[in-house]
Amino acid sequence: MEDKILLAHGSGGKLAHELVEKSFVKALANPLLAKLDDSAVFDLSGRLAFTTDSYVVSPIFFPGGDIGKLAVCGTVNDLAMCGAKPLYLSLSFIIEEGLPQSELEQIVDSVQKAAQEAGVEIVTGDTKVVHKGSADKLFINTAGVGIIAQGIDISGSNARPGDKVILSGTIGDHGIAVISQREGLSFSTKLKSDCAPLGDLVAEMVNASPNIHCLRDPTRGGLATSLNELAKQSGVSIRIEEEKIPVREEVLAACEMLGFDPLYVANEGKLVAIVPAEDADKLLTAMRKNKYGKNTTIIGEVGAEHPGRVVMKTVLGASRIVDMLVGDLLPRIC
Amino acid sequence: MCLAIPALIKYIEDKEAEVEIGGITRRISLWLTPEARAGDYVLVHTGYAINVLDQEQAEETLTLLRQIAELDEEEG
Amino acid sequence: MRFISEFRRSELAEGLISQIHRKSRTPARFMEFCGGHTVTIFRYGIRQVLPSTIEMVSGPGCPICVTANADLDKAIALSQIPDVIITTFGDMLKVPGSRSSLQQVKADGAQVHTVYSTMDALKMAEDNPDKSVVFLGIGFETTAPTIAASILQAEEKGMRNYYVLSLHKVCPPVIRALLDSGEVKLDGLICPGHVSAIIGSHPWEFIARDYGIPCVVSGFEPLDILQCVDMLVDQVENGESRVEIAYRRGVRPEGNQQALRLMEQVFEPSPAQWRGMGEVPDSGLKIRKKYQCFDAELAFDIEPGPTSEPVGCICGDILRGVKTPADCRLFGKACVPENPIGPCMVSSEGSCSAYYLYGGSFGG
Repeated sequence: MEDKILLAHGSGGKLAHELVEKSFVKALANPLLAKLDDSAVFDLSGRLAFTTDSYVVSPIFFPGGDIGKLAVCGTVNDLAMCGAKPLYLSLSFIIEEGLPQSELEQIVDSVQKAAQEAGVEIVTGDTKVVHKGSADKLFINTAGVGIIAQGIDISGSNARPGDKVILSGTIGDHGIAVISQREGLSFSTKLKSDCAPLGDLVAEMVNASPNIHCLRDPTRGGLATSLNELAKQSGVSIRIEEEKIPVREEVLAACEMLGFDPLYVANEGKLVAIVPAEDADKLLTAMRKNKYGKNTTIIGEVGAEHPGRVVMKTVLGASRIVDMLVGDLLPRIC
Repeated sequence: MCLAIPALIKYIEDKEAEVEIGGITRRISLWLTPEARAGDYVLVHTGYAINVLDQEQAEETLTLLRQIAELDEEEG
Repeated sequence: MRFISEFRRSELAEGLISQIHRKSRTPARFMEFCGGHTVTIFRYGIRQVLPSTIEMVSGPGCPICVTANADLDKAIALSQIPDVIITTFGDMLKVPGSRSSLQQVKADGAQVHTVYSTMDALKMAEDNPDKSVVFLGIGFETTAPTIAASILQAEEKGMRNYYVLSLHKVCPPVIRALLDSGEVKLDGLICPGHVSAIIGSHPWEFIARDYGIPCVVSGFEPLDILQCVDMLVDQVENGESRVEIAYRRGVRPEGNQQALRLMEQVFEPSPAQWRGMGEVPDSGLKIRKKYQCFDAELAFDIEPGPTSEPVGCICGDILRGVKTPADCRLFGKACVPENPIGPCMVSSEGSCSAYYLYGGSFGG
């Protein structure tokens, strides 16, 4: 019979300690975590970026990744979007009793691989186990800290009229990869989630141009929502061109079938950068050299009229508003 | 209303078909289009083929649109 | 994607747009009946590229928008019955009924599942033999045959726990009612593309013959709509009124005979309530006696409670094309997509939703 996670694993007793040492510490091997003190203690000085996130994706395994990889990449990317070099993460697991131990180990393995690629360490954590039905298999909460070099000022409120808007690659891959596994909507596709850590990409971008104004990773709510957030934060309008936005054929096809607009579908390995016009080409070149930026394109620019609005030029040459996502993306027949 | 998308029938099994559009595949029902064959394009609405697409007519329409575009360029 | 991407090409659109501008001399008001056309028109900004001689107005062709509160209340009441699983297309989830919505009752613990197809609902019924799976049958003639097929499949498999709440409607009677009301004067009708794929183009002939209104059946891509408008302009300028098919790759004049046969086998015409238009005779579809064991209305004791309409909501007027969302006091204030009061704001193809999300009169 397969080993399952039991309530006792979260109670703080012997079983819990065994789980932590066997499954977590061993896999995520680093000196800070191995100390197993109540807090990780380290020296860090400078301007710090600090973020927190919770991951509740269902299903927990999807093409191209799992909830563990997502947790690390999502947290690392939040730090990177402020221009920080991601350093340390905390990881808290809320496990539904009955989760097969092998699945937990697979996820911790993903966490380790993602952390290694991102160059971060998981230095502290927590484990709780809850009754069946109280969590959807597994929830993960993270916090992350990173350090921002001198002279870097990247914020959603820095966009200025005349800036260019750059997108690092195709949109909608993650959302469609996940939804392809959902019951009642299943279709077969080779599409994988684009889940990826972008810390290195951002470091290379900052190297190419220290004047980047804004960075954002368009996760839930998609590109449209992120652009709207930036437009409102900066009090500017953002004008994009429909024909310039890269979308994989499979994503387009799935969106057509289900009635989604790719602009609203989640991404987990892409970023939007708003940069001074004179730096755009330099950044384009630098980004395209990175494996996560191969399809980088300039999709639009920042304007002053209609502040807070995102406007898109359609293939017909007409303009229409692109609003934020409202509620959930629901498949429709009409 | 009525999202229906053109998909290519890869193969047929009984009253169902495996179709492909833009690289994704799905099983659909042919209850409304028993005349459909592998290699046909069908319009798929909520998992059912509602019509076999007339490929010849599609080409004719595109040719017409191209002619209009060319004429416009000449005049323009 | 074949047969989609080609019909979105900007270089082909330019020629059509110029041609329309050259030909259109007479002021004309065209109505798109079908909600899918409304979405394309707003999404691509078609109104902006048309000449000022052409006015576009949206009609009641959104099956979500025209579902009356009383009918939605029935669906919500069904969800409260123990061991009933409601399966529905995603469109219906957020539509407000008299007191609640399916999304709200789902949050309160009712079993409500979004599905893409009745095939998924049938599977759910097979996987849950001790539950009753009720499918919310909404949609026009494009969808009704698929629901009919699902009932026939359930019969073939000897299933005893699959039911349909038929809220289906058919288009031609409501267009006649709309034209008879005299509220909106039209010079052309953009006829629904996929409804016509099923029923053909002949059912629209009464519009050209009895009301002198040009009709063209259109596809759903931007080039399709532009080609349709071009053909309507031709008829207007030549003083003609007949039914033409622009969407030739998808529609045959005789429609889909098999689909029509299945519909006829399972359903019969009945009166139906249309939001904003009241009861329209023969505009609904009722499950025939032979298949009554699949009829949710007969199988369950449905107590929907009293019906009420939201105060100040003018969805009815908007659906008939006599008012625009801008005329509504609630639009953009109390009634917004994240907190919709009426269905025109909820449905992805409702006029209010399109206006709000795509900036209705933005740029044109």
